[in-house]
Amino acid sequence: MSDSSQPGLDSRRRDFLVKLAQGAALAGTGGLLWDYILRNEARAAPYALRPPGALDEDDFNAACIKCGQCVVDCPPLILKLQPAGGNLPIGMPYFEPRTGPCIMCPDIPCMKACPTGALSPSLKKIEDARMGLAVIDIENCLSWKGLRCEICHRECPVKGKAITLETHPRQISKHAMFVPLVHSDSCTGCGICEKACPTTIAAIRVLPHKLVQGKIGEHYRLGWTFDTEVTQDFKSPEVAPADGSEAAVPKTAPGVDYLNEGGL
Amino acid sequence: MSDTTVRAPSAAAEHPVPTGLWVWRYIILRRISQVGILLLFFGTLHWGWEFSKDVGLLSGNLSASTFIGLIPLTDPFAALQIFLTGHVLAQESLIGVAVVLGFYLLVGGRVFCSWVCPVNMVTDAAGWLRNKLGILAIFHLPRALRYFILAATLVITVISGLAAFEWVSPIGMMHREIVFGLGMGFTALLAIFLFDLLILKHGWCGHLCPLGAFYGLVGKTALIRVRFDKNTCTHCGECAKICPEPQVLNLKKLEERGYVFSGECSNCGRCTPICPEGSLKFDFKPLIRGHNVQADAIAVQRRTK
Repeated sequence: MSDSSQPGLDSRRRDFLVKLAQGAALAGTGGLLWDYILRNEARAAPYALRPPGALDEDDFNAACIKCGQCVVDCPPLILKLQPAGGNLPIGMPYFEPRTGPCIMCPDIPCMKACPTGALSPSLKKIEDARMGLAVIDIENCLSWKGLRCEICHRECPVKGKAITLETHPRQISKHAMFVPLVHSDSCTGCGICEKACPTTIAAIRVLPHKLVQGKIGEHYRLGWTFDTEVTQDFKSPEVAPADGSEAAVPKTAPGVDYLNEGGL
Repeated sequence: MSDTTVRAPSAAAEHPVPTGLWVWRYIILRRISQVGILLLFFGTLHWGWEFSKDVGLLSGNLSASTFIGLIPLTDPFAALQIFLTGHVLAQESLIGVAVVLGFYLLVGGRVFCSWVCPVNMVTDAAGWLRNKLGILAIFHLPRALRYFILAATLVITVISGLAAFEWVSPIGMMHREIVFGLGMGFTALLAIFLFDLLILKHGWCGHLCPLGAFYGLVGKTALIRVRFDKNTCTHCGECAKICPEPQVLNLKKLEERGYVFSGECSNCGRCTPICPEGSLKFDFKPLIRGHNVQADAIAVQRRTK
Protein backbone atom coordinates (compact mmCIF):
# COMPACT_ATOMS: atom_id res chain seq x y z
CA MET A 1 0.00 0.00 0.00
CA SER A 2 2.59 2.43 1.11
CA ASP A 3 4.80 1.43 -1.80
CA SER A 4 2.14 2.29 -4.36
CA SER A 5 1.15 5.64 -2.81
CA GLN A 6 4.66 6.77 -2.00
CA PRO A 7 5.93 7.21 -5.60
CA GLY A 8 2.83 9.25 -6.50
CA LEU A 9 3.41 11.57 -3.59
CA ASP A 10 7.10 11.80 -4.40
CA SER A 11 6.54 12.65 -8.04
CA ARG A 12 4.02 15.30 -7.10
CA ARG A 13 6.45 16.76 -4.64
CA ARG A 14 9.18 16.48 -7.23
CA ASP A 15 7.03 18.27 -9.80
CA PHE A 16 6.33 21.00 -7.34
CA LEU A 17 10.00 21.43 -6.45
CA VAL A 18 10.99 21.47 -10.13
CA LYS A 19 8.32 24.08 -10.85
CA LEU A 20 9.53 26.11 -7.90
CA ALA A 21 13.12 25.93 -9.15
CA GLN A 22 12.02 26.84 -12.68
CA GLY A 23 10.06 29.81 -11.41
CA ALA A 24 12.96 30.96 -9.28
CA ALA A 25 15.38 30.57 -12.20
CA LEU A 26 13.10 32.52 -14.51
CA ALA A 27 12.66 35.28 -11.94
CA GLY A 28 16.38 35.32 -11.19
CA THR A 29 17.63 35.52 -14.77
CA GLY A 30 14.89 37.93 -15.81
CA GLY A 31 15.53 40.07 -12.76
CA LEU A 32 19.29 40.13 -13.33
CA LEU A 33 18.80 41.16 -16.96
CA TRP A 34 16.33 43.86 -15.96
CA ASP A 35 18.65 45.13 -13.25
CA TYR A 36 21.56 45.19 -15.74
CA ILE A 37 19.52 47.20 -18.25
CA LEU A 38 18.58 49.73 -15.54
CA ARG A 39 22.14 50.19 -14.30
CA ASN A 40 23.46 50.43 -17.83
CA GLU A 41 20.93 53.11 -18.63
CA ALA A 42 21.74 55.03 -15.44
CA ARG A 43 25.47 54.92 -16.19
CA ALA A 44 25.08 57.63 -18.83
CA ALA A 45 23.90 60.09 -16.18
CA PRO A 46 27.23 61.83 -15.34
CA TYR A 47 27.23 63.44 -18.78
CA ALA A 48 23.86 65.12 -18.34
CA LEU A 49 23.37 68.73 -17.30
CA ARG A 50 20.29 68.85 -15.10
CA PRO A 51 17.99 71.79 -14.33
CA PRO A 52 18.83 73.97 -11.30
CA GLY A 53 18.29 72.39 -7.91
CA ALA A 54 18.66 68.83 -9.19
CA LEU A 55 19.64 66.36 -6.50
CA ASP A 56 22.91 64.45 -6.74
CA GLU A 57 23.08 62.01 -9.62
CA ASP A 58 21.93 58.84 -7.86
CA ASP A 59 19.16 60.59 -5.97
CA PHE A 60 18.01 62.46 -9.05
CA ASN A 61 17.92 59.24 -11.06
CA ALA A 62 15.73 57.70 -8.39
CA ALA A 63 13.45 60.63 -7.59
CA CYS A 64 12.68 62.06 -11.04
CA ILE A 65 9.27 60.82 -12.18
CA LYS A 66 9.96 61.82 -15.81
CA CYS A 67 6.85 64.00 -16.09
CA GLY A 68 8.40 66.94 -17.91
CA GLN A 69 6.61 69.67 -15.96
CA CYS A 70 9.95 71.48 -15.62
CA VAL A 71 10.19 71.35 -19.41
CA VAL A 72 6.74 72.89 -19.79
CA ASP A 73 7.39 75.66 -17.29
CA CYS A 74 10.87 76.64 -18.55
CA PRO A 75 10.40 80.14 -20.07
CA PRO A 76 13.07 79.83 -22.79
CA LEU A 77 12.06 76.17 -23.35
CA ILE A 78 15.63 74.93 -23.21
CA LEU A 79 14.90 71.79 -21.21
CA LYS A 80 14.35 68.52 -23.01
CA LEU A 81 13.26 65.07 -21.89
CA GLN A 82 15.58 62.38 -23.16
CA PRO A 83 13.60 60.08 -25.46
CA ALA A 84 14.32 56.36 -25.70
CA GLY A 85 17.50 55.36 -27.50
CA GLY A 86 19.46 58.50 -26.68
CA ASN A 87 22.83 58.62 -24.95
CA LEU A 88 21.44 59.93 -21.66
CA PRO A 89 19.15 58.19 -19.16
CA ILE A 90 15.63 57.90 -20.47
CA GLY A 91 12.87 60.38 -19.79
CA MET A 92 14.71 62.86 -17.59
CA PRO A 93 15.21 66.58 -18.20
CA TYR A 94 18.52 67.96 -19.44
CA PHE A 95 19.80 70.93 -21.38
CA GLU A 96 22.54 71.59 -23.90
CA PRO A 97 24.15 74.98 -23.28
CA ARG A 98 25.60 75.46 -26.75
CA THR A 99 22.11 75.55 -28.24
CA GLY A 100 20.07 76.48 -25.20
CA PRO A 101 21.65 77.71 -21.97
CA CYS A 102 19.78 78.24 -18.71
CA ILE A 103 18.82 81.90 -18.44
CA MET A 104 18.76 81.72 -14.64
CA CYS A 105 15.20 82.92 -13.93
CA PRO A 106 15.22 84.44 -10.42
CA ASP A 107 11.97 82.63 -9.48
CA ILE A 108 13.27 79.22 -10.71
CA PRO A 109 9.98 78.05 -12.34
CA CYS A 110 11.37 74.64 -13.37
CA MET A 111 12.17 73.79 -9.77
CA LYS A 112 8.75 74.98 -8.64
CA ALA A 113 7.07 72.77 -11.25
CA CYS A 114 8.79 69.61 -9.99
CA PRO A 115 6.21 67.53 -8.12
CA THR A 116 8.58 65.00 -6.53
CA GLY A 117 11.38 67.17 -5.18
CA ALA A 118 13.95 65.79 -7.64
CA LEU A 119 14.60 69.48 -8.33
CA SER A 120 15.02 70.33 -4.70
CA PRO A 121 13.04 73.24 -3.28
CA SER A 122 15.95 73.84 -0.91
CA LEU A 123 17.46 75.95 -3.69
CA LYS A 124 16.34 79.45 -2.76
CA LYS A 125 18.50 81.63 -5.01
CA ILE A 126 19.31 80.76 -8.58
CA GLU A 127 22.90 81.99 -7.98
CA ASP A 128 23.31 79.01 -5.64
CA ALA A 129 22.46 76.54 -8.39
CA ARG A 130 25.30 74.24 -9.44
CA MET A 131 24.20 72.70 -12.72
CA GLY A 132 27.74 72.19 -13.90
CA LEU A 133 31.07 73.93 -14.14
CA ALA A 134 32.46 75.95 -17.05
CA VAL A 135 35.81 74.65 -18.25
CA ILE A 136 38.10 76.52 -20.64
CA ASP A 137 40.11 74.84 -23.36
CA ILE A 138 43.08 77.23 -23.20
CA GLU A 139 44.52 75.84 -26.42
CA ASN A 140 41.56 77.12 -28.40
CA CYS A 141 40.41 80.08 -26.33
CA LEU A 142 40.79 83.32 -28.31
CA SER A 143 41.82 85.24 -25.21
CA TRP A 144 44.58 82.74 -24.55
CA LYS A 145 45.74 83.36 -28.11
CA GLY A 146 46.26 86.97 -27.21
CA LEU A 147 43.06 88.42 -28.66
CA ARG A 148 40.80 90.67 -26.63
CA CYS A 149 37.78 88.37 -26.88
CA GLU A 150 36.52 88.13 -23.30
CA ILE A 151 32.96 87.47 -24.48
CA CYS A 152 32.38 84.80 -21.84
CA HIS A 153 33.44 87.22 -19.15
CA ARG A 154 31.06 89.89 -20.38
CA GLU A 155 28.11 87.55 -20.93
CA CYS A 156 28.42 85.75 -17.60
CA PRO A 157 25.30 86.42 -15.49
CA VAL A 158 27.30 86.11 -12.26
CA LYS A 159 29.42 89.00 -13.45
CA GLY A 160 32.90 89.36 -12.10
CA LYS A 161 32.53 86.39 -9.80
CA ALA A 162 32.11 83.23 -11.85
CA ILE A 163 34.48 84.34 -14.60
CA THR A 164 37.24 86.85 -13.91
CA LEU A 165 39.85 88.27 -16.26
CA GLU A 166 43.43 87.78 -15.22
CA THR A 167 46.52 89.19 -16.81
CA HIS A 168 48.83 86.58 -18.10
CA PRO A 169 52.38 87.52 -19.11
CA ARG A 170 53.59 86.64 -22.55
CA GLN A 171 57.14 86.81 -23.79
CA ILE A 172 59.09 90.01 -23.34
CA SER A 173 58.18 92.87 -25.68
CA LYS A 174 54.60 91.69 -26.12
CA HIS A 175 51.50 92.88 -24.30
CA ALA A 176 50.12 90.82 -21.44
CA MET A 177 47.09 88.71 -22.23
CA PHE A 178 43.73 89.07 -20.52
CA VAL A 179 42.53 85.54 -19.96
CA PRO A 180 39.27 84.30 -18.47
CA LEU A 181 39.34 82.21 -15.32
CA VAL A 182 36.34 80.29 -13.96
CA HIS A 183 35.62 80.14 -10.25
CA SER A 184 33.68 77.11 -9.07
CA ASP A 185 32.41 78.88 -5.97
CA SER A 186 30.29 81.19 -8.15
CA CYS A 187 29.80 79.39 -11.46
CA THR A 188 26.21 78.09 -11.68
CA GLY A 189 26.82 76.10 -14.86
CA CYS A 190 24.13 77.98 -16.75
CA GLY A 191 26.12 77.73 -19.96
CA ILE A 192 25.57 81.26 -21.26
CA CYS A 193 29.35 81.48 -21.77
CA GLU A 194 29.30 78.30 -23.84
CA LYS A 195 26.48 79.68 -25.97
CA ALA A 196 28.32 82.97 -26.45
CA CYS A 197 31.79 81.58 -27.19
CA PRO A 198 32.65 82.65 -30.76
CA THR A 199 34.92 79.73 -31.67
CA THR A 200 33.57 77.09 -34.06
CA ILE A 201 33.42 74.56 -31.29
CA ALA A 202 33.02 76.30 -27.95
CA ALA A 203 36.34 76.74 -26.11
CA ILE A 204 34.45 77.20 -22.84
CA ARG A 205 32.09 74.41 -21.99
CA VAL A 206 29.91 73.41 -19.09
CA LEU A 207 30.45 69.93 -17.72
CA PRO A 208 29.12 68.16 -14.65
CA HIS A 209 31.36 68.80 -11.66
CA LYS A 210 32.04 65.13 -11.22
CA LEU A 211 33.83 64.97 -14.56
CA VAL A 212 36.15 67.94 -14.11
CA GLN A 213 36.59 68.90 -10.50
CA GLY A 214 39.45 67.56 -8.43
CA LYS A 215 39.82 67.55 -4.67
CA ILE A 216 42.84 68.03 -2.49
CA GLY A 217 43.44 65.85 0.52
CA GLU A 218 41.94 67.05 3.74
CA HIS A 219 45.30 66.98 5.52
CA TYR A 220 46.62 69.94 3.55
CA ARG A 221 46.76 73.14 5.62
CA LEU A 222 47.09 76.20 3.48
CA GLY A 223 48.49 78.47 6.15
CA TRP A 224 48.66 81.51 3.91
CA THR A 225 44.93 81.65 3.21
CA PHE A 226 42.72 83.33 5.73
CA ASP A 227 39.83 80.90 5.65
CA THR A 228 41.77 77.75 6.38
CA GLU A 229 39.97 75.91 9.07
CA VAL A 230 41.86 74.91 12.17
CA THR A 231 41.12 71.30 12.94
CA GLN A 232 41.08 69.84 16.38
CA ASP A 233 44.55 68.34 15.95
CA PHE A 234 46.12 71.73 15.76
CA LYS A 235 44.04 73.57 18.30
CA SER A 236 45.47 74.41 21.66
CA PRO A 237 43.86 72.48 24.47
CA GLU A 238 41.05 74.54 25.85
CA VAL A 239 41.91 75.55 29.33
CA ALA A 240 39.17 77.22 31.27
CA PRO A 241 40.55 80.31 33.01
CA ALA A 242 40.38 80.18 36.77
CA ASP A 243 38.44 83.42 37.09
CA GLY A 244 35.71 82.18 34.69
CA SER A 245 36.26 84.97 32.16
CA GLU A 246 36.60 84.45 28.39
CA ALA A 247 39.36 82.22 27.15
CA ALA A 248 42.55 84.07 26.45
CA VAL A 249 42.93 82.54 23.02
CA PRO A 250 40.03 83.38 20.68
CA LYS A 251 38.50 80.28 19.12
CA THR A 252 38.93 81.64 15.63
CA ALA A 253 42.72 81.96 15.98
CA PRO A 254 44.26 80.76 12.72
CA GLY A 255 46.70 78.31 14.15
CA VAL A 256 48.51 77.87 17.38
CA ASP A 257 51.25 80.28 18.18
CA TYR A 258 52.87 77.89 20.58
CA LEU A 259 56.39 79.18 20.01
CA ASN A 260 55.43 82.61 21.33
CA GLU A 261 53.43 81.31 24.26
CA GLY A 262 56.34 80.03 26.19
CA GLY A 263 55.59 76.40 25.65
CA LEU A 264 59.26 75.72 25.30
CA MET B 1 -30.58 26.91 -16.10
CA SER B 2 -32.71 24.59 -18.21
CA ASP B 3 -34.95 27.50 -18.94
CA THR B 4 -32.20 29.49 -20.56
CA THR B 5 -30.95 26.58 -22.65
CA VAL B 6 -34.43 25.95 -23.97
CA ARG B 7 -34.94 29.59 -24.75
CA ALA B 8 -31.58 30.08 -26.39
CA PRO B 9 -32.17 29.29 -30.08
CA SER B 10 -35.37 31.25 -30.49
CA ALA B 11 -33.98 34.20 -28.56
CA ALA B 12 -30.87 34.29 -30.68
CA ALA B 13 -33.00 34.41 -33.80
CA GLU B 14 -35.15 37.16 -32.32
CA HIS B 15 -32.20 39.28 -31.37
CA PRO B 16 -29.30 39.19 -33.80
CA VAL B 17 -25.92 40.54 -32.72
CA PRO B 18 -26.22 44.31 -33.01
CA THR B 19 -24.21 46.04 -35.69
CA GLY B 20 -23.65 49.58 -36.84
CA LEU B 21 -21.90 52.63 -35.48
CA TRP B 22 -23.91 52.65 -32.23
CA VAL B 23 -22.21 49.40 -31.20
CA TRP B 24 -18.89 51.20 -31.45
CA ARG B 25 -19.91 54.04 -29.20
CA TYR B 26 -17.67 53.18 -26.27
CA ILE B 27 -14.69 52.47 -28.49
CA ILE B 28 -15.17 55.86 -30.16
CA LEU B 29 -15.47 57.56 -26.77
CA ARG B 30 -12.36 55.76 -25.56
CA ARG B 31 -10.33 56.90 -28.55
CA ILE B 32 -11.55 60.46 -27.99
CA SER B 33 -10.52 60.18 -24.35
CA GLN B 34 -7.11 58.66 -25.10
CA VAL B 35 -6.22 61.05 -27.89
CA GLY B 36 -7.81 64.01 -26.12
CA ILE B 37 -5.69 63.58 -22.99
CA LEU B 38 -2.50 63.40 -25.05
CA LEU B 39 -3.68 66.42 -27.01
CA LEU B 40 -4.16 68.43 -23.81
CA PHE B 41 -0.58 67.64 -22.77
CA PHE B 42 0.73 68.42 -26.24
CA GLY B 43 -1.25 71.63 -26.63
CA THR B 44 -0.17 72.93 -23.24
CA LEU B 45 3.51 72.45 -24.12
CA HIS B 46 3.61 73.31 -27.81
CA TRP B 47 0.69 75.64 -28.44
CA GLY B 48 0.61 77.35 -25.06
CA TRP B 49 -2.90 76.28 -24.14
CA GLU B 50 -3.74 78.14 -20.97
CA PHE B 51 -6.43 77.97 -18.34
CA SER B 52 -5.76 81.56 -17.35
CA LYS B 53 -2.81 83.91 -17.77
CA ASP B 54 0.42 81.90 -17.47
CA VAL B 55 -1.43 78.89 -16.07
CA GLY B 56 -1.15 75.88 -18.34
CA LEU B 57 -4.17 73.71 -19.00
CA LEU B 58 -2.61 70.28 -18.40
CA SER B 59 1.12 70.40 -17.82
CA GLY B 60 3.30 67.30 -17.72
CA ASN B 61 2.47 63.80 -18.90
CA LEU B 62 0.82 60.63 -17.62
CA SER B 63 3.57 60.08 -15.02
CA ALA B 64 2.71 63.30 -13.24
CA SER B 65 0.92 66.46 -14.24
CA THR B 66 -0.80 69.56 -13.03
CA PHE B 67 -4.33 70.31 -14.19
CA ILE B 68 -5.22 74.03 -14.52
CA GLY B 69 -2.24 74.88 -12.34
CA LEU B 70 -4.10 73.63 -9.31
CA ILE B 71 -4.75 69.91 -9.21
CA PRO B 72 -1.69 67.68 -9.10
CA LEU B 73 -2.02 64.25 -10.67
CA THR B 74 0.57 61.53 -10.08
CA ASP B 75 0.87 58.00 -11.38
CA PRO B 76 0.50 56.02 -8.13
CA PHE B 77 2.58 53.11 -9.45
CA ALA B 78 5.47 55.42 -10.39
CA ALA B 79 5.19 57.11 -7.01
CA LEU B 80 5.26 53.72 -5.28
CA GLN B 81 8.44 52.81 -7.13
CA ILE B 82 10.11 56.12 -6.25
CA PHE B 83 9.08 55.59 -2.65
CA LEU B 84 10.72 52.15 -2.74
CA THR B 85 14.00 53.67 -3.94
CA GLY B 86 14.07 55.36 -0.55
CA HIS B 87 12.80 58.80 -1.45
CA VAL B 88 10.02 60.55 0.35
CA LEU B 89 8.10 62.34 -2.34
CA ALA B 90 7.24 65.99 -2.09
CA GLN B 91 3.76 66.81 -0.85
CA GLU B 92 2.52 67.75 -4.30
CA SER B 93 3.16 64.21 -5.56
CA LEU B 94 1.41 62.65 -2.61
CA ILE B 95 -1.70 64.76 -3.18
CA GLY B 96 -1.51 63.78 -6.84
CA VAL B 97 -1.38 60.11 -5.90
CA ALA B 98 -4.43 60.52 -3.66
CA VAL B 99 -6.41 62.23 -6.43
CA VAL B 100 -5.58 59.63 -9.08
CA LEU B 101 -5.91 56.65 -6.77
CA GLY B 102 -9.23 57.95 -5.45
CA PHE B 103 -10.56 58.37 -8.97
CA TYR B 104 -9.62 54.87 -10.09
CA LEU B 105 -10.83 53.29 -6.86
CA LEU B 106 -14.25 54.66 -7.78
CA VAL B 107 -14.48 54.12 -11.53
CA GLY B 108 -12.31 50.99 -11.81
CA GLY B 109 -8.54 50.76 -11.83
CA ARG B 110 -8.17 49.43 -15.31
CA VAL B 111 -10.30 52.25 -16.66
CA PHE B 112 -6.82 53.73 -17.01
CA CYS B 113 -5.92 50.89 -19.37
CA SER B 114 -8.77 51.27 -21.80
CA TRP B 115 -9.68 54.95 -21.47
CA VAL B 116 -6.35 56.70 -20.86
CA CYS B 117 -3.32 54.56 -21.70
CA PRO B 118 -2.08 55.30 -25.25
CA VAL B 119 -0.53 51.84 -25.66
CA ASN B 120 -4.08 50.48 -25.61
CA MET B 121 -4.55 51.96 -29.07
CA VAL B 122 -1.57 49.96 -30.32
CA THR B 123 -2.63 46.70 -28.71
CA ASP B 124 -6.28 47.14 -29.75
CA ALA B 125 -5.10 47.62 -33.33
CA ALA B 126 -2.98 44.47 -33.08
CA GLY B 127 -5.87 42.53 -31.55
CA TRP B 128 -8.27 43.69 -34.26
CA LEU B 129 -5.85 42.77 -37.03
CA ARG B 130 -5.11 39.43 -35.41
CA ASN B 131 -8.82 38.63 -35.45
CA LYS B 132 -9.15 39.73 -39.08
CA LEU B 133 -6.23 37.59 -40.19
CA GLY B 134 -7.28 34.67 -38.03
CA ILE B 135 -3.81 34.14 -36.61
CA LEU B 136 -3.57 31.03 -34.50
CA ALA B 137 -2.04 30.86 -31.06
CA ILE B 138 1.57 29.65 -30.80
CA PHE B 139 1.60 29.25 -27.05
CA HIS B 140 -0.19 30.40 -23.96
CA LEU B 141 0.99 32.24 -20.90
CA PRO B 142 -0.90 32.46 -17.65
CA ARG B 143 -2.63 35.81 -17.26
CA ALA B 144 -1.42 35.89 -13.67
CA LEU B 145 2.11 36.39 -15.01
CA ARG B 146 1.57 40.15 -14.80
CA TYR B 147 1.24 39.98 -11.02
CA PHE B 148 4.63 38.28 -10.83
CA ILE B 149 6.09 40.97 -13.09
CA LEU B 150 4.50 43.56 -10.81
CA ALA B 151 6.18 41.94 -7.81
CA ALA B 152 9.47 41.74 -9.72
CA THR B 153 9.21 45.46 -10.53
CA LEU B 154 9.00 46.32 -6.88
CA VAL B 155 11.82 43.96 -5.85
CA ILE B 156 14.17 45.22 -8.58
CA THR B 157 13.30 48.81 -7.66
CA VAL B 158 14.51 48.16 -4.14
CA ILE B 159 17.66 46.37 -5.35
CA SER B 160 18.72 48.82 -8.05
CA GLY B 161 17.55 52.02 -6.40
CA LEU B 162 15.84 53.04 -9.64
CA ALA B 163 12.13 53.02 -10.48
CA ALA B 164 12.37 49.72 -12.35
CA PHE B 165 9.30 49.95 -14.58
CA GLU B 166 9.48 53.69 -15.22
CA TRP B 167 12.93 53.28 -16.79
CA VAL B 168 11.78 50.69 -19.32
CA SER B 169 8.05 51.36 -19.62
CA PRO B 170 6.81 51.45 -23.22
CA ILE B 171 3.79 53.37 -21.92
CA GLY B 172 6.09 56.08 -20.60
CA MET B 173 8.10 56.06 -23.83
CA MET B 174 4.94 56.48 -25.89
CA HIS B 175 3.32 59.35 -24.04
CA ARG B 176 6.63 61.12 -23.37
CA GLU B 177 7.69 60.93 -26.98
CA ILE B 178 4.32 62.04 -28.29
CA VAL B 179 4.27 65.02 -25.94
CA PHE B 180 7.96 65.93 -25.65
CA GLY B 181 9.65 64.76 -28.81
CA LEU B 182 10.36 61.61 -30.73
CA GLY B 183 13.09 59.09 -30.09
CA MET B 184 13.38 55.36 -30.46
CA GLY B 185 10.35 54.61 -28.30
CA PHE B 186 8.36 53.58 -31.34
CA THR B 187 10.54 50.49 -31.68
CA ALA B 188 9.25 49.29 -28.32
CA LEU B 189 5.70 49.93 -29.50
CA LEU B 190 6.38 48.10 -32.74
CA ALA B 191 7.65 45.18 -30.68
CA ILE B 192 4.46 45.18 -28.62
CA PHE B 193 2.34 45.41 -31.78
CA LEU B 194 4.10 42.45 -33.39
CA PHE B 195 4.06 40.46 -30.16
CA ASP B 196 0.31 40.98 -29.80
CA LEU B 197 -0.34 40.40 -33.48
CA LEU B 198 1.77 37.34 -34.20
CA ILE B 199 2.86 35.76 -30.95
CA LEU B 200 0.41 36.08 -28.08
CA LYS B 201 -3.17 37.38 -28.29
CA HIS B 202 -3.63 40.31 -25.92
CA GLY B 203 -0.02 39.62 -24.94
CA TRP B 204 1.10 42.94 -23.49
CA CYS B 205 -2.03 44.33 -21.84
CA GLY B 206 -3.47 40.97 -20.85
CA HIS B 207 -0.39 39.09 -19.68
CA LEU B 208 2.68 41.25 -19.09
CA CYS B 209 2.02 44.88 -18.21
CA PRO B 210 2.72 45.46 -14.50
CA LEU B 211 0.91 48.80 -14.56
CA GLY B 212 -2.23 47.02 -15.71
CA ALA B 213 -1.72 44.47 -12.94
CA PHE B 214 -1.36 47.28 -10.42
CA TYR B 215 -4.55 48.94 -11.60
CA GLY B 216 -6.25 45.53 -11.64
CA LEU B 217 -5.63 45.33 -7.90
CA VAL B 218 -6.75 48.94 -7.43
CA GLY B 219 -9.98 48.23 -9.32
CA LYS B 220 -11.34 45.73 -6.81
CA THR B 221 -13.44 48.39 -5.12
CA ALA B 222 -14.77 50.02 -8.28
CA LEU B 223 -18.31 51.37 -8.25
CA ILE B 224 -18.88 51.34 -12.00
CA ARG B 225 -19.37 47.75 -13.07
CA VAL B 226 -20.82 45.72 -15.88
CA ARG B 227 -24.09 44.28 -14.56
CA PHE B 228 -25.10 40.80 -15.67
CA ASP B 229 -28.70 39.70 -16.04
CA LYS B 230 -28.77 35.89 -15.89
CA ASN B 231 -32.42 35.76 -16.89
CA THR B 232 -31.94 37.14 -20.36
CA CYS B 233 -28.49 35.72 -21.13
CA THR B 234 -28.63 33.02 -23.81
CA HIS B 235 -24.99 31.95 -23.41
CA CYS B 236 -24.31 32.90 -27.00
CA GLY B 237 -20.74 33.82 -26.13
CA GLU B 238 -20.54 36.97 -28.26
CA CYS B 239 -19.22 38.95 -25.28
CA ALA B 240 -16.39 36.53 -24.52
CA LYS B 241 -15.37 36.57 -28.18
CA ILE B 242 -14.60 40.28 -28.20
CA CYS B 243 -13.51 40.72 -24.58
CA PRO B 244 -9.75 41.31 -24.22
CA GLU B 245 -9.91 39.76 -20.74
CA PRO B 246 -12.46 36.97 -21.34
CA GLN B 247 -11.69 35.27 -18.02
CA VAL B 248 -13.66 38.05 -16.29
CA LEU B 249 -16.82 36.85 -18.09
CA ASN B 250 -16.82 33.48 -16.34
CA LEU B 251 -20.53 32.60 -16.42
CA LYS B 252 -20.60 30.82 -13.10
CA LYS B 253 -19.09 33.77 -11.30
CA LEU B 254 -21.30 36.19 -13.22
CA GLU B 255 -24.41 34.34 -12.08
CA GLU B 256 -23.16 34.23 -8.51
CA ARG B 257 -22.31 37.91 -8.28
CA GLY B 258 -24.66 39.49 -10.74
CA TYR B 259 -21.89 41.66 -12.17
CA VAL B 260 -18.34 41.45 -13.53
CA PHE B 261 -16.41 41.15 -10.31
CA SER B 262 -12.77 40.87 -11.37
CA GLY B 263 -10.52 43.93 -11.19
CA GLU B 264 -9.07 42.81 -14.50
CA CYS B 265 -12.16 44.15 -16.31
CA SER B 266 -11.16 47.50 -17.77
CA ASN B 267 -14.70 48.79 -18.36
CA CYS B 268 -13.80 49.10 -22.02
CA GLY B 269 -17.43 48.78 -23.10
CA ARG B 270 -16.96 46.20 -25.81
CA CYS B 271 -19.38 43.61 -24.39
CA THR B 272 -22.25 45.86 -23.34
CA PRO B 273 -23.32 47.08 -26.80
CA ILE B 274 -22.64 43.77 -28.54
CA CYS B 275 -24.84 41.64 -26.27
CA PRO B 276 -27.91 40.66 -28.34
CA GLU B 277 -30.08 40.40 -25.23
CA GLY B 278 -28.80 43.45 -23.43
CA SER B 279 -27.80 41.22 -20.53
CA LEU B 280 -24.61 43.18 -19.90
CA LYS B 281 -24.95 46.84 -18.97
CA PHE B 282 -22.84 49.42 -17.16
CA ASP B 283 -24.32 50.07 -13.75
CA PHE B 284 -23.56 51.72 -10.45
CA LYS B 285 -22.49 48.98 -8.04
CA PRO B 286 -24.81 49.88 -5.11
CA LEU B 287 -27.78 49.70 -7.49
CA ILE B 288 -26.86 46.40 -9.12
CA ARG B 289 -28.50 44.14 -6.53
CA GLY B 290 -31.79 46.01 -6.79
CA HIS B 291 -31.73 45.94 -10.57
CA ASN B 292 -31.05 42.22 -10.61
CA VAL B 293 -33.89 41.51 -8.16
CA GLN B 294 -36.16 43.52 -10.43
CA ALA B 295 -34.96 41.57 -13.49
CA ASP B 296 -35.57 38.29 -11.68
CA ALA B 297 -39.12 39.36 -10.83
CA ILE B 298 -39.83 40.31 -14.44
CA ALA B 299 -38.46 36.95 -15.61
CA VAL B 300 -40.70 35.07 -13.18
CA GLN B 301 -43.68 37.12 -14.37
CA ARG B 302 -42.93 36.29 -18.01
CA ARG B 303 -42.54 32.62 -17.29
CA THR B 304 -45.88 32.43 -15.44
CA LYS B 305 -47.73 34.19 -18.27
